[in-house]
Amino acid sequence: MNPVVRRLVFLSGAIGVALLLAWGMTGLPPFGVYRGPYGDVINRSAIRERHTTEAVGAVVMDYRGFDTLGEEFILLTSVVGVALLLRTARDEEERETPSDEHPGTVPITDAVAAIGLALIGPTVLTGLSIVAHGHITPGGGFQGGAVLAAGAILSFLAGRYVLFRRVAPTHLLDPAEGSGAAGFVLVGALGLVSGSAFLANVLPLGEAGTLLSSGTLPLLNMTVGLEVAAGFVLIVSEFLEETMAVRRKGER
Amino acid sequence: MTALQAVILLLVAGGGLAVVLVRSPLRQALVVGIYGLTLAVLFVVFQAPDVALSLGAVGSVALPLMIVMALAKTRSGDEE
Repeated sequence: MNPVVRRLVFLSGAIGVALLLAWGMTGLPPFGVYRGPYGDVINRSAIRERHTTEAVGAVVMDYRGFDTLGEEFILLTSVVGVALLLRTARDEEERETPSDEHPGTVPITDAVAAIGLALIGPTVLTGLSIVAHGHITPGGGFQGGAVLAAGAILSFLAGRYVLFRRVAPTHLLDPAEGSGAAGFVLVGALGLVSGSAFLANVLPLGEAGTLLSSGTLPLLNMTVGLEVAAGFVLIVSEFLEETMAVRRKGER
Repeated sequence: MTALQAVILLLVAGGGLAVVLVRSPLRQALVVGIYGLTLAVLFVVFQAPDVALSLGAVGSVALPLMIVMALAKTRSGDEE
């Protein structure tokens, strides 16, 4: 196919897509107009029904909790997949060249190390706060868990591989990841045990806006937080082990 | 649409373009992190703080990190 024909084929396709897009956009609702009834219904009823001031959290963890369960297990599956793949590959490599050296520290400039060290505390605190207040203010298990994982990763950025291993030991990461996912199911099973539906909000609802409110919402946020934080750190540490193993091999 | 919304929309558009135009994967990891941050600000401006928080963590920490680590892995493989 010569360049002219190729360009013609591309142009005809691009023009077609552009026309379809323009046609579709003329049918969009005007800027800032919300047409669905669902959000308004939730906004009106979430505080009354679930005693939570965070309507988004109520949807994610309660009204649509079952969807979140599925998402939890998507994350679990992908983390397990990555860990399995990298571990099998590494096992084979290390059997060929058993490493006896300590995991080396990567060259990191003082500025990065200092900023990394200084940020660890605030980051972890922010993450915990976002998880704990997930049913009162914006945020929740997923967001807070990701921030927590960032805190652990910062300890590596600060040039402290040994410290990273200590705050994220592999033998604890695996169970943490699993119990995070299992915890969500267990909290869901609370509903079944009490004679209601799976994931029904059966715990006392408390007073809206306080830390101990919204029934199962804070519990679910914590399980999700644990799973997300452990999952992220697990993937990162698997990758790090991988590059460290290769680097060790290179040094020999 | 307020001026703030218009500005942040333009910033995000510019950021997306920058991510595509940067050719070096390592630099792209950095640019995509900054782009994730502008996108998070966009969600704050449009009153979706929950999404902004997720995006701030995933877009500006997790995604660039994954890219950098994948690069580290492929590059250290090349050197052998």
